[in-house]
Amino acid sequence: MTYTSLALTLSFVLIPLVLSKALKLDLEKDTIIATVRSIIQLFIVGYFLKFVFDSESYTYIILMVIVMITIATLNARKKGKNIKGITWKIGLTLTVIELVTQGILLGFQIIPPIAQYIIPISGMLIGNSMVLSILFLNRFTAEIEANVDLTELILSLGGTPKQAIHNQLLQAIKASVIPTIESQKTIGLVQLPGMMSGQIIGGADPVQAVQFQLLILFALLTTATLSSILIGFLSYPTLFNERMQFVNEDLSQK
Amino acid sequence: MTHPFEIAIRFENVCYKKGDLHILNQVSGVFYKGKITTIVGPSGAGKSTVLKMCNGLLSPTSGEIYIDGKNINEYLPTTLRKHVGIALQNAPLIRGTVYDNLSLPMTLQNKTLLEDEAVSILEDVGLNPKLLYRDSHDLSGGQKQKVSIARTLINKPKILLLDEITSSLDPTSTHEIEQLILKINEKYNVTMIWITHNLEQAIQIGNYTWVMMSGKLIESGESSLLHDSSNIKIQQFVDGGRY
Repeated sequence: MTYTSLALTLSFVLIPLVLSKALKLDLEKDTIIATVRSIIQLFIVGYFLKFVFDSESYTYIILMVIVMITIATLNARKKGKNIKGITWKIGLTLTVIELVTQGILLGFQIIPPIAQYIIPISGMLIGNSMVLSILFLNRFTAEIEANVDLTELILSLGGTPKQAIHNQLLQAIKASVIPTIESQKTIGLVQLPGMMSGQIIGGADPVQAVQFQLLILFALLTTATLSSILIGFLSYPTLFNERMQFVNEDLSQK
Repeated sequence: MTHPFEIAIRFENVCYKKGDLHILNQVSGVFYKGKITTIVGPSGAGKSTVLKMCNGLLSPTSGEIYIDGKNINEYLPTTLRKHVGIALQNAPLIRGTVYDNLSLPMTLQNKTLLEDEAVSILEDVGLNPKLLYRDSHDLSGGQKQKVSIARTLINKPKILLLDEITSSLDPTSTHEIEQLILKINEKYNVTMIWITHNLEQAIQIGNYTWVMMSGKLIESGESSLLHDSSNIKIQQFVDGGRY
């Protein structure tokens, strides 16, 4: 694609701007900010990736992955800021996910150990894990708040914190994993997945594109399940003190 | 003053703060073994906090609590909570049948409640054994409260805490629960601490009473103090009727 063609795609920004102005939606400023930010951010990433790919240095690959995990962690932690130590818990979860998925992909030589493969796949998996972590934390705090009576009941009958929070934890894990499984059931029937579309537009063989898409989909099942289970089991003990008392009754009120 | 009864629970200068709020303020008092003590007082007096502390669901910010002469912190929380059972105000029941609810304390210990034991405890609390496999959400308010009490009794507690268990019940169910509590107290010699807003109930059922206001224990003694107290605050409270 030439820069002239790219400039012409700005027509897609002009249409919503005009409509927003005409209908007084008051979205012009946000639309312009979003457009400028995406141009700057993606070009920076593009040139940085080009630099990393050309350098063929593992140091840059590792640095890039660390940056991804850090940004994803900072983004996801907002949803669980009342859970003690949530930052390192999310950071650890994302790191484990990266190690497990890349361990399998590189260990079985499914992908070659080069930046061109490691970085985009890491980005997709860490990004998905971040979204899943946010979904999980939202649901987990909602489940806890809705079931304070049940938690106290089980504790009052001599149950342990794990027993008291067990149902809420499982409900939150299921609720955050189900959308990933459900979306995979209909994949390709309504819309082609983004990565596959990108590869096909880029000139790749569609069957080859499907193979890579399947790789990502299968890896996403692991990240979905692992991220909510890891964050869940790392988080619940901080809801109780050493006397097995429930200490986070007001998660959303702090 | 000496007293003929053994002490089940002793509070010594117990305070509980949440943020800047003093929920309990220097509470010192006792609950006697095998007796029914009611706790009365207006809303926000700290009554439920006292119960939760006895069961170990909350700990004092300062002060000490002794259960059967032993500091509460020396008990394992799980052991303490089996020894001191609590029946909560809204009788929260888990999803499932009456049997699922009755067996919950055993399930938590990886044990099984035998059907015969479940039937026996249902009969003890005056419920028809045919209800054993009924969905717990199909029960009436009074039945739910009886199941909740029965479930607490599965752990064979020596002390039973009752948090406004009749406040949402009709007069007939209330009377049934009162008779049930008297029966359990007599049959198992269980120490009972009962929060109630019903002062007549406190006088008729309770042997002793604690009157609490604004996080303080205003007066404690035999239930007759609700009629006889010279404390003006208590007189006003009693004259005001239901709070």
